[in-house]
Amino acid sequence: MAKIVSLSQAVSELVRDGDTVACEGFTHLIPFAAAHEIIRQRRRELTLVRMSPDLIYDQMIGAGCAAKLVFSWGSNPGVGSLHRLRDALATGWPAPLEIEEHSHAGMANRYVAGASGLPFAVLRGYAGTDLPEHTSTISTVTCPFTGEELAAVAALNPDVTIVHAQRADRTGNVQLWGITGVQKEAVLAARRALVTVEEIVDELTAVPGAVVLPHWVLAAVAVAPGGAAPSYAHGYYDRDNAAYRAWDGISCDRHTFTRWLRDLEAAS
Amino acid sequence: MTDRGSLPGATREAEPSAGRYTAEEMMTVTASRALRDGQVCFVGIGLPSTAANLARRLHAPNLVLIYESGTLDTRPAELPLSIGDGVLADAALSVVSIPEIFNYWLQPGRIDVGFLYGAQLDRFANINTTVIGEYTEPDVRLPGSGGAPEIAASCREVMVVMRHRLRAFVERVDFVTSFGHGSGPTDRRLLGLHGAGPVRVITDLGVLEPDPETSELVLTTLHPGTTVERVRAETGWGLEVAADVARTPAPSTRELETLRGLRTVGSERRYPDPLYGHGSPHLA
Repeated sequence: MAKIVSLSQAVSELVRDGDTVACEGFTHLIPFAAAHEIIRQRRRELTLVRMSPDLIYDQMIGAGCAAKLVFSWGSNPGVGSLHRLRDALATGWPAPLEIEEHSHAGMANRYVAGASGLPFAVLRGYAGTDLPEHTSTISTVTCPFTGEELAAVAALNPDVTIVHAQRADRTGNVQLWGITGVQKEAVLAARRALVTVEEIVDELTAVPGAVVLPHWVLAAVAVAPGGAAPSYAHGYYDRDNAAYRAWDGISCDRHTFTRWLRDLEAAS
Repeated sequence: MTDRGSLPGATREAEPSAGRYTAEEMMTVTASRALRDGQVCFVGIGLPSTAANLARRLHAPNLVLIYESGTLDTRPAELPLSIGDGVLADAALSVVSIPEIFNYWLQPGRIDVGFLYGAQLDRFANINTTVIGEYTEPDVRLPGSGGAPEIAASCREVMVVMRHRLRAFVERVDFVTSFGHGSGPTDRRLLGLHGAGPVRVITDLGVLEPDPETSELVLTTLHPGTTVERVRAETGWGLEVAADVARTPAPSTRELETLRGLRTVGSERRYPDPLYGHGSPHLA
């Protein structure tokens, strides 16, 4: 049974320095509250895994949590650059950042392999592109039945996967709906999974298209209302597009970012 | 032989022109005209999304829009700002997972048209959205791949939409993020790629199409008010020009009014800046 605990306790127990951490959520249900708690607890040397680093990893990278980023699309969606990511890559501030770069299809399939208990996944991808030359987790495999050469990508098995969901019941079963991205695969691929939720309810009534994560695959559930903001939680609150635009100004220089970081660390 | 000037907008009777419009509006309208009713279209944020939603409101009401966030056949009343906006899920026939959208829908060739954008594009329509300069020490770090490499590989056809500038239209891309035609007409087949690859590059100056024999991009259509010399000056290779280069009809009043009426969710802006679209040249 998943323990229902406070977010600070969950992060403290589940996220360790040097861990490979995947915070997933494709534009929707991005676990910002958990990331901010990781920043406050000053975790270091993390390998951060996420299809689109988005603001959540720009903030963690700027805060000095990351040693490596595994990703497939690095921008502020609908706005432009991720300035903290760019600064870390170009100048090593506040810490040098190694990257491992894939396509979305490659990343999605790496999680599928991880969730399936397989060492790698097969896809039609990367053919003719320059990425395989630079990314050691991309290779090829020959189909034993047809002889066709296909792309192979190494499984992703994060030490910790963190996702945000709409709600959980008192046993710790979790339900999420709307755009559910790659969260199910990322959770099932992980050694430990933490889910933050908008609320705990007595009973999970059925919702069309919902994903349910049973309590026995989760290490902890923590209540974090508003925990996906400034991304959104379908049925609870909308994406704060103004905050995404404002991040461009906050993150574009170290001084304004550092002020933002101090305010974040002071709040709890 | 490609039917030169085969763009729907280039052959039909021009409707009355609407007067003043921007080069970006001309590019968006041209992209919208290139979509046919009933096609299944893989849409990226920014100009592709604007063009596809414009087409759906004009000549292609049955256009099927698929966004990589997993929203199948979505009909948003407003334009999304991000690829996974709630408006896309609410207006969708079905919402599927990310592995499903890539593995079940894109990979087997169920998508007719994919729209891509590039920071750099070369004479064989190979696309770069990864880095300018060397990969390990780039001059400019770009957002990366996203869904683009597999869109380029697996859609039945690909349309590229980008501003026509000398720094972007280069002899050779610094990094092949998405494979176009490699270095000639046999490369895609040799790599086992099922889709036709880029069939059209729509810019703010005109339209380029691959020569059927060499796969090299050739200028086939010019937008109003521009010249072959201007297009050549903004192209970093010796651009061939079709013998019977067509003229794009100016946007009609209806096209412009519909385009200008599109609103982005939670925004005062008419529609998103195409620079921030899929494969945006903005830094990571």
